[in-house]
Amino acid sequence: MNGIAAAIGDLVQKIGRPVRLMEVCGTHTVAIFRHGIRDLLPAGVSLLSGPGCPVCVTAIADVDRAVALARQPGVLLATFGDLLRVPGSAMSLAEARAGGAQVAVVYSPLDALELAAANPGHQVVFFATGFETTSPLIAATLLTAQERATGNFSILSVHKLVPPALRALVATPELAVDGFLLPGHVSAIIGVDPYRFIAAEGGRPAVVTGFAAADILEGIWLLLRQLAAGAARVENQYQRVVRPEGNPRALALLDAFFEPADAVWRGLGTIPASGLTLKPAYAELDASRRLPVAVPAAREPAGCDCGAILRGLKTPPDCRLFGRACTPERPVGACMVSSEGSCAAYHRYGQRPAPPVGPAA
Amino acid sequence: MSERILLGHGSGGRLMHRLIGELFARAFAMDELGDAARLPAIAGGLAFTTDSYVVSPRFFPGGNIGELAVFGTVNDLAVAGAQPLFLSAGFIIEEGLPLAELTAVVEAMAAAARRAGVRIVTGDTKVVAKGQADGLFINTAGVGRLLAGLTIDPARIRPGDQVLVSGPIASHGMAIMARRHGIAQEPPLLSDTRPLHALVAALAELGPAVRFLRDPTRGGLATTLKEAAMASGCAIRLEEGALPVLPAAQGVAELLGIDPLYAANEGILVAVVAAEAGERALAVMAGREDAPAPGRIGEVLAAPAGMVLLATAIGGSRIVDMLPGEELPRIC
Repeated sequence: MNGIAAAIGDLVQKIGRPVRLMEVCGTHTVAIFRHGIRDLLPAGVSLLSGPGCPVCVTAIADVDRAVALARQPGVLLATFGDLLRVPGSAMSLAEARAGGAQVAVVYSPLDALELAAANPGHQVVFFATGFETTSPLIAATLLTAQERATGNFSILSVHKLVPPALRALVATPELAVDGFLLPGHVSAIIGVDPYRFIAAEGGRPAVVTGFAAADILEGIWLLLRQLAAGAARVENQYQRVVRPEGNPRALALLDAFFEPADAVWRGLGTIPASGLTLKPAYAELDASRRLPVAVPAAREPAGCDCGAILRGLKTPPDCRLFGRACTPERPVGACMVSSEGSCAAYHRYGQRPAPPVGPAA
Repeated sequence: MSERILLGHGSGGRLMHRLIGELFARAFAMDELGDAARLPAIAGGLAFTTDSYVVSPRFFPGGNIGELAVFGTVNDLAVAGAQPLFLSAGFIIEEGLPLAELTAVVEAMAAAARRAGVRIVTGDTKVVAKGQADGLFINTAGVGRLLAGLTIDPARIRPGDQVLVSGPIASHGMAIMARRHGIAQEPPLLSDTRPLHALVAALAELGPAVRFLRDPTRGGLATTLKEAAMASGCAIRLEEGALPVLPAAQGVAELLGIDPLYAANEGILVAVVAAEAGERALAVMAGREDAPAPGRIGEVLAAPAGMVLLATAIGGSRIVDMLPGEELPRIC
């Protein structure tokens, strides 16, 4: 490890200016903190956390819709645990549940399908969030729901796609990011090609990277090596898992059920063709068509910098709510809710730079 | 007796008396069934504790809610520097619980009490209507005699002290999570639930060199050490590479994205001992069945006050803080 840290130091010297890299994926954010990687990097390299935590980018309006559905008589809303505490305009799903709404936490979409089988008197709605890593699982669940002819199961899809969000980021004039660490798990599904525009149009290097400490350090080293050479390519550090073409079976399954749609990202606004919506042929599995509810206009929390943090324009400690009005116990913004959110990771692992760990006095 | 627990089993009538007589009193070898146990005089100071057990699932690889309810309370007494003596057992049972399951739990409690050298001397039974509790909740309270020579107090922790553990971390929490998520492992990861009273009694020979003991249950090692750091006004520096974790537990933790430092344990203790007693403490633990992987995992520093730092395996460092109160599954 020290060898690669030294190699990174040499490259930074060669580049001769401060370098800012963005880790797009929330799992990378957590791993970087957990391994103390910032500590190993020379002063000239800083890491920014991007919009790669699906819970964090779930729009307030989508949470409001889920809350409204959960409060309908006869509806049982199933969701991943992380989403329970995401603040909506008036309340989170956890608060709705405390107020009598039927909300169940599940660990997989298939569990939600089992809930539908066990509760024939209820409409079970699965609040489907996530990126390309989880959307194929939802598609597989929909396939099973069709085979079983489960009449009381539908999904509220707020699924999002990573490349369009990166496209929007790269097009941001004020974005001060020199290179991107790309998410390994998402890439295992979509492959490497969808990212080519980052280099071709954005002129920045990008590296698909795994999640072990050695993977992340190597990903950083590959980015710096390109920057030192004045290059901009998309490389694959995670070749043991990610194939250039991705996972064609998973992609075919996605394509069978879903089509791209405009989607609202918390902090980034509406991004064209960055969400997944069910094709019209599957209207009976689509909660937004099947169970229409009135949702008042969403209210953004005052003073929350989640948007700037997701775009890499600010770090969590720059937000005036961070650690004061907004804590993991009482989150205001979504970046503080999810265990993968960049504010939560900062708060848990590194509210301040860790002091040097020397031998005992 | 019927095959399932009925509301009548908690009504104070004949059904309840039969349940108490034929199951609880028999299994726990209770010689009197009054409203209170009369205890003999106990010399020296007393330790007194209570804990409730709501674990789901009730039966898990390596144990069940019954032995957890005994060992958990025994260990709370032990790490306070006491020899556990007497326990109470309170049961809140959901109507419809199979009697065979209750019997299995009660018999596991009786066996656990024999193993820990304690007697269950009083108890209580309530039955609630279907849906008002999840199957079975158990509360145990315990009384123990303070061991001479041990003063367990985090305020006594000093810079230079050594931080030791007696066994691999995260086994219980990860065994529960693996069962809950349907993660099949061969051989299955077992909970580490075990009594620690004998290990503490053995460590008592080190006397005042033992500053602090704790069994890091909910919140795991991280939370326990953070509490110790805050109470002592010192810092604790951990070596990630020195933390014992079974490969099977590490595997489940990675799969579920859980940090083993925060996972529950039910059969290990963490000890902070004076620098010069570190080797002796490890020698006391060596070769004992109730200390399967004794080792030094870190040390106490003067500053930064109240903080726990982890020197990571790759040479970085990070701050170890308490969990913000995430929704963890019911692990004990």
